[in-house]
Amino acid sequence: MNHLKKSSSLWQDSLKRLKKNNASVISFYFIVFICLIAIFAPLLSPFAFDKQHIDFILSSPNQNGFLFGTDSLGRDLLSRIIYGSRMSMAVGIITALISMLVGTVYGGVSGWIGGRVDAFMMRVVDILISIPSLVLLILVKVVFDSVSLFEDPELKALTGMLLALSVVGWVTLARIVRGQVLQVKSLTYIEASKALGIPSYLILLKHILPNILGPIIVLLTFQIPSNILTESFLSFIGLGLQPPYSSWGVLAADGWRSMRHYPHLIIFPSIALGVTMLAFNLFGDGLRDALDPKS
Amino acid sequence: MLKKILSKSTHVFSFFLLVLGFWAICLNLSNYYVPKLLSYGIFLSLILAFLSYSASSGTVFYCFKRIIEAFITIFVIATCTFMLLRLMPGGPFDEEKALPPKIKAKIEAKYGLDKPLAVQYFDYLKKAAVFDLGTSYKYIGRSVGEMILQNFSVSFTLGFYAFLLSFLIGIPTGLFAASKHNTFWDNFAMTLSISGVALPNFLVGSVLIVVFAYQLDWFPSALWDSSLHYVLPVVTLGIRPAAFIARLTRSTVLDVIKSDFIRTAKAKGLSPLAILYKHVLKNSMIPVLTYSGPLLAGILSGSFVIEILFAVPGIGKDLVQSVTNRDYPLILGLTLLYSVLLVISNLLVDFLYSFFDPRIRLGV
Repeated sequence: MNHLKKSSSLWQDSLKRLKKNNASVISFYFIVFICLIAIFAPLLSPFAFDKQHIDFILSSPNQNGFLFGTDSLGRDLLSRIIYGSRMSMAVGIITALISMLVGTVYGGVSGWIGGRVDAFMMRVVDILISIPSLVLLILVKVVFDSVSLFEDPELKALTGMLLALSVVGWVTLARIVRGQVLQVKSLTYIEASKALGIPSYLILLKHILPNILGPIIVLLTFQIPSNILTESFLSFIGLGLQPPYSSWGVLAADGWRSMRHYPHLIIFPSIALGVTMLAFNLFGDGLRDALDPKS
Repeated sequence: MLKKILSKSTHVFSFFLLVLGFWAICLNLSNYYVPKLLSYGIFLSLILAFLSYSASSGTVFYCFKRIIEAFITIFVIATCTFMLLRLMPGGPFDEEKALPPKIKAKIEAKYGLDKPLAVQYFDYLKKAAVFDLGTSYKYIGRSVGEMILQNFSVSFTLGFYAFLLSFLIGIPTGLFAASKHNTFWDNFAMTLSISGVALPNFLVGSVLIVVFAYQLDWFPSALWDSSLHYVLPVVTLGIRPAAFIARLTRSTVLDVIKSDFIRTAKAKGLSPLAILYKHVLKNSMIPVLTYSGPLLAGILSGSFVIEILFAVPGIGKDLVQSVTNRDYPLILGLTLLYSVLLVISNLLVDFLYSFFDPRIRLGV
């Protein structure tokens, strides 16, 4: 029996394929690195994000002991970028998780029940998609900014943003999950488990969910960077995080205003933002290829 | 027989309803500087379009159904936005220096904001149904329809060029990358396009301004005067969709190349270029089309960031500013404009589907 190769599951195969893709592996480690920075921001950053050094306003990089220089209020840019990673990643990951949860449940139920319920639920999704996302984002953000769900001051500053991005984000996910469920639903093994009398929720959880998990995970990895991007965009137009909190978008917006004379203010946050976005996109690409070898 | 007559009469009936609807729309639009002749032109061309479509049976009914659906969607969107707006804290006349309550009450009475919400809502619907979007609260005396027409033309031009640009760059790049699959050039093109998708457009715009306006001094950095002014904003707006279309085209082309009819085409000795343009390209346009519906609506309705970066007097700026100003009629008008654009472009895309792939038939 020794000559038989040990069988490997679909997931193990995918992992093997993913490991062969250098760009994805590097991106993955980079994402882990950024996450660690975000988690341990208070330990890593040389100063607090709102600490002002009045004597060293707008100092250039590597001057007066500030590696990335300081901004117009004398705050250390490196510390602000490190703390910014905390906000940006929190927005990206939390909203992606919320919208994935809501989208999966909604799309799953809609696809599974089918018929009129499905038609109605999908019409709601259609309507939500046709409201301009910017208007929806701003409206939801303004409405929920006054609600205080969290005790933590940093999360409290994010409440409106988190809810707004989730409200906008779950819709596309719901659509795609529904499509996947419809596809899997018609397969014979689902019919077989129905014939065996397995209750619907168990079929959904044990047979359908594992089979559509791949596309959902891929969607999740693309949802995170798009959320970070939307957050930075909202901060850039002044509707995002309010000072003194910093996210990469806030920093880029600050830097843009004095781009010509103090380029370091826009260069460093842009590099942080751009490289992270690239890493997430490359990793998502690799993941998609690994999970779905056909494409 | 009876069934046939019935279906025929529904067609005729629906067609007349359509004609009546468009007649009304055109007459009302003509209040807003749209020349009468133009509106009759639109009307006539619509009739012609529907006549030609009705040649294939079922299409008129399908169009009718889609248009009714579109009206319902737009109605629901108007309602949702109206309600959400009133949930927002703060009103249009809350200023930093609070107005005396009597004056504020007078102003609110002038705009009908003192009536019960339900009455305001029905008043609004009644007016919106005849394309009267009301007057702006902040830009006193200017009607929303007039503002939209004025600024929309700029956003429309900008968006239209960017849309064209994204197709002109995206599709050839995707084809090129797919034809050189797994080579250096493929990787190079895909790395470029992934950066195009990943990078926020305010960064791309800033870099373009620094390089092409400040350093090289080839293009002006702002304003919207001559065709030279169009270049930088159009490029900035077009880069992301171009990159996305390139990736989409590449992956679909790689799929299509594997199919049997391509092998047949090769076997009968067609040149690679002929295969590429006649067989591959046409068959890989469906996903790109699906993407281009929402893209067209999004890109035409203006981009706030681009308009701020390049000081373009477009409609995207109005949208954000009207929300911060709580300028209810303007927000509602712009939201409606966007939804109408989206509905129309999705309808267009659905019609184009059957052009690119005759297997897809409308209404089936």
